[in-house]
Amino acid sequence: MQLEINGESRTVEADGDTPLLWVLRDDLGMTGTKFGCGIAQCGGCSVLIDGVVTRSCVTPVDSVAGKAVTTIEAIEKDPVGQRVVEAWVRHQVPQCGYCQSGQVMAATSLLKQNQTPSDEDIVASMINLCRCGTYNAIKRAVRDLAGHRENEPAGGHEA
Amino acid sequence: MSTTLDNAPAGEALPTGDPVNISRRGFMLGAAGASAGALVLGFGLPVDAARAQAAAGKIVPGTRVPAFLEIRPDGKVRLQSPFMEGGQGVMTAMAQIVGEELDADPASFIVDHAPTGPDYQVVFGTMRITGGSMSVRTSYTTMRRLGACARQMLLQAAAKRMNVPVASLTTQPGHVIHAASGKSLAYGDLAKEALDLPVPAVDSVPLKDPAQFRWIGKPVARLDMHDKSTGRAQYSIDQHVDGMLHAAVLHAPRLGLTVGAVRNLDQIKAMKGVHSVEPLGGAVAVVAQRWWHARRAIDSLQVDWKEPASTDGLRYMPADFSSEAHSQLLATVQGRIEDAETAGDVDGALKSAHTLVSATYHSQFLNHAQMEPPSALAHFLPDGRLELWFPNQSPDMFLALIAKQTGLPPEKITLHSPLLGGFFGRHFTYPNASPYPQAIELAKRTGAPVKVIWHREEEFLRDPVRPMAAVRFRGGLDASGMPIALEAVSATEGPTEGIANKRGDKRDDSALEGLTGKRYAIGNKRIAQLYQKAPPAVAYWRSVGNSMNDFFYEVFLDELAAKGGKDPYELRLHLLRDNARLTTLIKAAADLSGGWKAGPYTAPDGSRRARGIAMASPFGTETAAIAEVSIKDKQVVVHEVWQAIDPGSIVNPAIIDAQVNSAAALGLSQVLLEEAAYKDGMPVARNFDGYPIMTLDRMPAVHVRIVESGAKMGGIGEPGLPAVPPAVANAVARLTGQPVRSMPLSRMTFAA
Repeated sequence: MQLEINGESRTVEADGDTPLLWVLRDDLGMTGTKFGCGIAQCGGCSVLIDGVVTRSCVTPVDSVAGKAVTTIEAIEKDPVGQRVVEAWVRHQVPQCGYCQSGQVMAATSLLKQNQTPSDEDIVASMINLCRCGTYNAIKRAVRDLAGHRENEPAGGHEA
Repeated sequence: MSTTLDNAPAGEALPTGDPVNISRRGFMLGAAGASAGALVLGFGLPVDAARAQAAAGKIVPGTRVPAFLEIRPDGKVRLQSPFMEGGQGVMTAMAQIVGEELDADPASFIVDHAPTGPDYQVVFGTMRITGGSMSVRTSYTTMRRLGACARQMLLQAAAKRMNVPVASLTTQPGHVIHAASGKSLAYGDLAKEALDLPVPAVDSVPLKDPAQFRWIGKPVARLDMHDKSTGRAQYSIDQHVDGMLHAAVLHAPRLGLTVGAVRNLDQIKAMKGVHSVEPLGGAVAVVAQRWWHARRAIDSLQVDWKEPASTDGLRYMPADFSSEAHSQLLATVQGRIEDAETAGDVDGALKSAHTLVSATYHSQFLNHAQMEPPSALAHFLPDGRLELWFPNQSPDMFLALIAKQTGLPPEKITLHSPLLGGFFGRHFTYPNASPYPQAIELAKRTGAPVKVIWHREEEFLRDPVRPMAAVRFRGGLDASGMPIALEAVSATEGPTEGIANKRGDKRDDSALEGLTGKRYAIGNKRIAQLYQKAPPAVAYWRSVGNSMNDFFYEVFLDELAAKGGKDPYELRLHLLRDNARLTTLIKAAADLSGGWKAGPYTAPDGSRRARGIAMASPFGTETAAIAEVSIKDKQVVVHEVWQAIDPGSIVNPAIIDAQVNSAAALGLSQVLLEEAAYKDGMPVARNFDGYPIMTLDRMPAVHVRIVESGAKMGGIGEPGLPAVPPAVANAVARLTGQPVRSMPLSRMTFAA
């Protein structure tokens, strides 16, 4: 089977119903896309299919033939993705980091569709789970990318 | 009271079979030896070679500079960290602490997880765990000295090279400077000679005056942000060895059951990609060329499970166990009550009290639900050595268990400890809770490296849970409405005694911490435990006993305040009137929130809101939290959390802010949503579809104020949690007038 992954044509030998996630991880050795739940609940496995965020753990590999698959490994080659990564670093978003590949993909997809998402758009789109609770940092990073001014004061520090 | 963290004997080896209670007050490493306290981590193990060696004085942990540091020609500093990075920022904190004294920019550090061995037993100089919010506070001076010794070695090497006295040299970040000549040498240029020098005696090298700190105390950027934002960070589940096979596992539905027969063995073996079907102790594994093939076969497996002949000594899950019924049992069960903390005459004071208040509170079992499912990769090398990768918070304790399982001497086992995809207490040496014994066994049977991944459903089946408790309170008020007596009897099994699956010689302090250790001046008190075992396997969960016990205490304290007609903030101030540190702290929380107001009041958006306040003293740190809530569609909405935290002194305020946010998220998740329920001996939820956790849309703003009182340094990873659930519950009770005596609040409906 021929797949287009990160702009390259790749040949894989897999049953058509194999989830794209496991083709990426085990056949192609691309481990940046994470396994979390296997039932499209957590979003750790998010990739872009033709630019739209998709949960690869429930996406049969034969359904993406002829489509452009973008994974976290190539996210910085995408101008929007690069901005997202920069914002993630600037806002020090990750903690354990395990869900963050998926969070970055979700944010990239959102910003590709809507350059200036409102807070409501952000809440509606950033639905991946993060057990470390980096949600406020994620919100800050996406709001920054959307051009919102932060009006929330930073935490104080008394010596 | 048992030996506390503050006076744990430094330099004392752990006694045989006496591992560590990671909770706040649980350091029972005293001279009582094996009789000291309840035993858990690596329970029943011999003292491992590393610790014995350390105790024999051959290697003093945290002193051999070359075991920790490599300075590369380009000036990059590679540090072998004794602590596992799992999101808490310890990698960066270690770079700051060592870099400060070494005089090397933390940004120039590459931090890896150190191998096993005596050098890295730096927690009190006796052990190595990443937990109990202990990493920085227990190794701070050791790691500073390490950096200072390394700097001294660089100075000595430069003096030799330049042929000048050491005293004429100084450093700038990454360089040795000879001021008189204006010459300088880069660390990377000197490192080889320097690290060959004998390490100076640890206390012969002075440490910096904290007033001169360049990086400690500053919001230094974390080192792992880019890798973790681009998928480059590698976790256990990402490890690969050429020729490895993959395995998925089906566990017995209940602990204690074993494999009777696989009814459709031939059918499974004939499935595509399947290498073999392997019955294990309480599980069946399918080994395949690809994990997906193994996983698919698991769904088709038909296994007959066998009840054990005897349940003696087993952590056995009966077929009729229900968490709901257990919760009711805890509320009413009678038995021996063991005092943990007493003062005055609680019975007398309750008898003479003007007003008596009594109530029973409940907590729930909780899953860790870290995002990375457990995995383990085992590889036997041709020379008989064994190499392993799996998530762990205590590598040497696991090493001892692996040596026992395999019969290999520890020196023939290499345990790699990759980044943790979240942990929250998940990855200690709990029985039946890690796939590494399965990976070892499968690698042995197949003759190939094997990586086992537990899919989420299997993880929810074998994740050991946070214990459940029911606490019976009695409180007494005087005629003016002031609390004069408080009694709390908790029917529960502590995590430490639960993991050991038996009671220790002493009460398990981690059962009651958070009911004990409260700072309020209430003259008559009794905090006690009624030990009641529960069938589910239990574990430490972020902030351990404090995760529920501060909820119980602080919400009951608000009940007393309400009954006595007192404002909850004013009452706490009164009860802390002789405690300057906590008076400052609670005022800081109130100030951060714009001044204390309980409400209810109408917010600008028209919603009716109220605020609640709570405090906690977890892991050597003090906290005060205020939460603002409203009710929408009969459920609780948390709008804001303000938390003041006093860890004494700090290393990185940005990481503290992130950790308080993180702990608050988990505390909110617990109080609002989470419950690991059991029915018919099985967990009801087997994946995130049945186990709701905190999501971005529910996450309130979290405002953090750090107060550095200068007291002894406390922990950071866990302390931000315990005050949050009671602050929310107190706000909800204030707003609705409904008492809140159990978690999660999603079980209740509220009238707005």
